[in-house]
Amino acid sequence: MLHNLAQLPRYRGLIQSLVARELKARYRGSVLGFFWSFINPLLLLLVYSIVFAYIMPARFTGGEEPKPFADAYPYAVFLFCGLLPWTWFASSLNESAGVLISGGNLIKKVLFPAEVLPIVTSLANMVHFLLGLPILVIFLAYYRAPITVGELAWFPVIVLVQLILTTGLGLLVAALTVHFRDIRDILSNVLSLWFFATPIIYPWQHAPDLGKWFLNVNPFTHLAISYQEVLFFKGPFGHWRWLLALGAGSMAFFLFAYFVFDRLRDTFAEEV
Amino acid sequence: MANAIELTNASKVYRRFAHRKQFATLKSALLSRSLVRDLKPEETFTALTNVTVSVPRGQTLGVIGRNGSGKSTMLKLVAGISKPTSGTVRVNGRISALIELGAGFHPEISGRENVFINGIMLGLTKREVADRFDEIVEFAELKEFIDAPVKTYSSGMYMRLGFAVAIHVDPEVLLVDEVLAVGDEGFTHKCLDKFAEFKRRGKTILLVTHSLGMVERFCDEALWLDAGRIKGSGDPKRIVGAYVTDVEKREEHELAATDAKARQEANAAIVSPDEPGSAVLPDNPVETATATGDMFRAAEGRWGSREIEITEVRFVGSDGEAGHVFHSGDRVDVRIRLRAPLPIDDFVVGIGIFNADGTCCYGTNTYLEELAPETMSGDAEATFTIEALDLVEGTYKVDVAVHKIDGYPYDYHRLLHTFRVKSRVKDVGIYRPRHTWTFSNNVRFKEPRGPRS
Repeated sequence: MLHNLAQLPRYRGLIQSLVARELKARYRGSVLGFFWSFINPLLLLLVYSIVFAYIMPARFTGGEEPKPFADAYPYAVFLFCGLLPWTWFASSLNESAGVLISGGNLIKKVLFPAEVLPIVTSLANMVHFLLGLPILVIFLAYYRAPITVGELAWFPVIVLVQLILTTGLGLLVAALTVHFRDIRDILSNVLSLWFFATPIIYPWQHAPDLGKWFLNVNPFTHLAISYQEVLFFKGPFGHWRWLLALGAGSMAFFLFAYFVFDRLRDTFAEEV
Repeated sequence: MANAIELTNASKVYRRFAHRKQFATLKSALLSRSLVRDLKPEETFTALTNVTVSVPRGQTLGVIGRNGSGKSTMLKLVAGISKPTSGTVRVNGRISALIELGAGFHPEISGRENVFINGIMLGLTKREVADRFDEIVEFAELKEFIDAPVKTYSSGMYMRLGFAVAIHVDPEVLLVDEVLAVGDEGFTHKCLDKFAEFKRRGKTILLVTHSLGMVERFCDEALWLDAGRIKGSGDPKRIVGAYVTDVEKREEHELAATDAKARQEANAAIVSPDEPGSAVLPDNPVETATATGDMFRAAEGRWGSREIEITEVRFVGSDGEAGHVFHSGDRVDVRIRLRAPLPIDDFVVGIGIFNADGTCCYGTNTYLEELAPETMSGDAEATFTIEALDLVEGTYKVDVAVHKIDGYPYDYHRLLHTFRVKSRVKDVGIYRPRHTWTFSNNVRFKEPRGPRS
């Protein structure tokens, strides 16, 4: 396993060009092309804003204790801070589930390092996430978000932790889906439950006590909180201990997932 | 000399498709790294059994065998795409496998980008691809289309591009799986030239193919796989010869079985001579009766009163053995056993040979040849000797019949007997006259060409 893991850097050229291909191919043939990378999150944001601001007005926009949404500071920006990374996370996992099966030709007919496929998936989605950031920046700038340089320095760390977590989960999902195609169907449901079990559309403080304990177990909670604290809320970044712990956990999980993937590697050519 | 490819006792066992076994395979894959350890023998399929092969560097090995004999499995083991269940596989040097051409192409992006990505997938660096790019495009003959998305390519263009990339990886070991059916004649020649160049440069080639001519001309050694085992290896000519003989033997069995089945079915549905269906068909060679309307009622069948019965029809070759596969130009006897329980004085014995299109190649009977019947009684035999079976390659069906001079059938075997003609020369038509070519002195030919594959 370690031997194979050590081979990974050798594939960076391959990974790089596959990510580029993924991005190019995705919007090929559409009129707006690359602009969809901006428009998609914008539309998503619009939908959620309408739903939670007008159709089901969120309770916490009122005047309760931590009062995150000071006056007119809009809920939409808060939502966006969590929604954008979540999109990266969720679409990576969804795509990873099918990536070995759709790439079956490569695995069966070409000597091809299979782990490259889920890795490419999470990286390509990360690029989409990064491309969506300018929209967020515009919003933050417009509303004069209280961001300091010290806080901003944490941002790449959060992205890195999320990348490790996402890739690890992606590897595991990809490998298991080859054996149990059921995962593909179950996954999208799990992800929508997971979405609501993560403080993205509501701030963490507003969860009930029992819910808070539950939320703490959810790794994406800490990513969401970190993004929100760094980008949205005032004050210093207080969640860094959780974040670093999550980073360490994600690394361990990644190794475990890679181990499983490596063990199942030989079965792919036959089961795909 | 070092071996470029070495298989030692390599076996490959596949899991048979079965529901609800995922947990078992997943568990065994995770715990013991073997997909099939926990499976019972009836749940597995052995594609390759104890294959030991070594190919010295610079040699070309041709692998032949029937479909499902394990050729492609072996190629996949050598390519490293799948791992042997037991035994070892060792390959020295960079491999390029022409197994499925353009396997990694993405339809939405241009040929140019696909060349780069495919090249990188096959182990080149971006620089290396860039250096070879013009050569690749030229080889694929796709200069004008290289910037179009691959999905707009014809399948030939797609394959050509895939082949061009794979061949320019500059491997030390080249694995080829039946891919030469890629393009037109011109492109095929180019591929062959490229292979020859590889050979000259001392690269090792493993060629899996059904084209025996290519193995004979091109390979230093041949390996014959049958049902996952090595059935022979060594000199290509000898192995190909042995393989061809074996294939003919199998065809023989198959034809015998088809024949037996056709007769059985015909017997099960005997039509009485008085029914309209029994009227002798217009296109049959034993023709004496009035033509009924339907020209195309050429289905197999058997009918007749059985006052004389055809008990057996055999094709006997020059070796005196009954068989179903002959070579063009062979001497063949058609032995017809007859039985007339009561003496009969009005009879005609006839035979007709039809090719696969249903065209009558030849038909005759004793009446047409002005043999006047006197009497037949008890067990009798008629032999129709064909001095030289001058037919082109193909499968032929035979009508055999005994009937009255007026056409009233005693026993009519309609297309119930089959034989196959094999030929080195793939000429066409329904009849091959004995022929030679002669030319004036100012016409010359090169060395005789090998058999076309």
